[in-house]
Amino acid sequence: MEIPITSLSAGTEAVVVTLLGHGCTFQRRLRTMGIREGKSLKVVAIHPLAGPLVIEVDGRQITIGRGIAQRIMVQVK
Amino acid sequence: MKRIVLMGNPNIGKSVVFSRLTGADVITSNYPGTTVDFSRGKARLMGEVAELIDAPGTYSLEPSNRAEEVAAEVLNWADLIINVVDATNLERNLFLTLELLEKDRPLIVALNMWDEAGRSGIEIDVKGLEERLQVPVVPTVALTGEGISELVGRMAEARHPAELEARSEEERWMEIGRITKEVQTITHRHPTVWDRIAQASIRPATGIPLALCIILATFWLVRLIGESLIEYIFDPLFELYLPIVTAISDWLGPGFLHDVLIGHLIDGEIDYVQSLGMLTTGLYVPFAMVLPYIVGFYLALSLLEDSGYLPRLATLSDNVFHKLGMHGHGIVPVFLGLGCNVPGILATRNLETRKQRFISATLLGLAVPCTAKTAMIFGVLGPYGMGYLILVFSTLAAVYVAVGLILNHFLKGECPEIFLEIPPYRRPSLSMVLKKTWMRVRWFLSEAIPYLFLGVFLINVLYSLGLLQWLGDVFSPFMESWLGLPGDAVTVLLVGFLRKDLAVGMLLPLGLDAEQLVVATTVLSLYFPCVATFAVLIKELGIVDTLKSTAVMAVTALLVGGAMHMVLMG
Repeated sequence: MEIPITSLSAGTEAVVVTLLGHGCTFQRRLRTMGIREGKSLKVVAIHPLAGPLVIEVDGRQITIGRGIAQRIMVQVK
Repeated sequence: MKRIVLMGNPNIGKSVVFSRLTGADVITSNYPGTTVDFSRGKARLMGEVAELIDAPGTYSLEPSNRAEEVAAEVLNWADLIINVVDATNLERNLFLTLELLEKDRPLIVALNMWDEAGRSGIEIDVKGLEERLQVPVVPTVALTGEGISELVGRMAEARHPAELEARSEEERWMEIGRITKEVQTITHRHPTVWDRIAQASIRPATGIPLALCIILATFWLVRLIGESLIEYIFDPLFELYLPIVTAISDWLGPGFLHDVLIGHLIDGEIDYVQSLGMLTTGLYVPFAMVLPYIVGFYLALSLLEDSGYLPRLATLSDNVFHKLGMHGHGIVPVFLGLGCNVPGILATRNLETRKQRFISATLLGLAVPCTAKTAMIFGVLGPYGMGYLILVFSTLAAVYVAVGLILNHFLKGECPEIFLEIPPYRRPSLSMVLKKTWMRVRWFLSEAIPYLFLGVFLINVLYSLGLLQWLGDVFSPFMESWLGLPGDAVTVLLVGFLRKDLAVGMLLPLGLDAEQLVVATTVLSLYFPCVATFAVLIKELGIVDTLKSTAVMAVTALLVGGAMHMVLMG
């Protein structure tokens, strides 16, 4: 089942399935930071008050805003 | 002369490689995007003098913010490219490498952070990578200088692979997948105690209390360093200097020259804070009241920067800054601005849109007091007790948030969200921290002292021409009725344009009570940036936006000052 990473809880691991919308630049930025289709990621923290998510890809942590995170569709491992 | 450009992702040690090659001092830190502008230097390479350019870090050649635009532009000047690659994160760094290979320029790869890669269980087959990319690849550890001489030695081999044609993004990623699979082996290791602490510092429940502790500890450290330097070094020095300057004063006798150099005698004696002469106040304020805290502040900031804590702080504060139209990055200009507003405003470049940069720069000039100002406010208001100090600084904080909310609501434009890599914690190197602190302190001295002298000189000229009294008379009804301050305070506001620290000191001879001092220091903080900040605002925002920004500051200062007058003095 495909869900946005914002629906995961902290500590969950998942595989990226698709990056939704928002043009080439947006997708390229995600990909150059290691968030690409087929890659595994882990949600490290979810900040309150519509704050950002911290995810871990390739052993590196990345902070992403809630809006961007909503477009990263994943499948839970 | 040959132009050599250093390109690479943010925060992978490009600037360290640059200073290794040129011997020049560059500010580096453990925060992505410290280099927002490019630096140039000269170095003897391959038997000739070449110009070296350190481009801002970028993830790809399709720019997504101003710093990345600069990087793409700088690339066009290159006769040779040194691509600095993070060995601990090969896969992601190779995207830029492949893009660079498609450019028609000779290229050499520096595989930096080679030691850290080894420690985290990453092995890279350098020969294999070289064959794959068809350009020289040299493992380096820029921090220690390891591999740098080999990099220089092999620069002549830098080349441009023959058959490459432009590939699509997807083709590049597939190529990267093939390369990393062949040349890289990763052995997983168990998380250490440090990893657990690192995790705790970025989760909200544990991270926020930790952040508060770290911020409090930082301020405590700044005060400790500042006060110790004053008590044990600077005050004794000025004690020794007093007989000398008194002798000069006696020798000069009354007159214009005495006014400019020594200033006015208070009860027949020199008062370092109130006399307002170049050789008295002009030296005492920068060296004995401000410099000690500047040293303390930049030492603490360098530690925070190099350890890698700032990106965590940006993450933790993102939700607040997002409501003000910025995102977590917004905390970096604030932190730098607490030292001096000028580098703070330069750091707003890391924000993506014009709206975000405008909000960040305006709020900075408005409500983030630099160390010079803060030190003087403590000096002037401190004797009346902590309560008044808290009142001033919490007002500034409230103004920051309130004006931010308003600007975000009314300004058009996009507010992109945070998208930030969190670098691993690194132990700051003592020599690097000291060097950085020294560079920043030296910069402060060369910037501040000329303006202080100019300020002192101008006050004395205007005073002897009678212009200050005239201005005081003209504005005194307004000052008295609206802000509850004497007309003379107009002079202070004028001087505040040159140097805020000097202006705060000038409040002392006015004989204000504590409430008036609170209003005066707050208004002085808010109403207008100092001339150095103003100049850099024009450079960053353009003249139109700078005028809008300063209008916001002036209006806010008047409204807040008037409100405080009513609340505090009735």
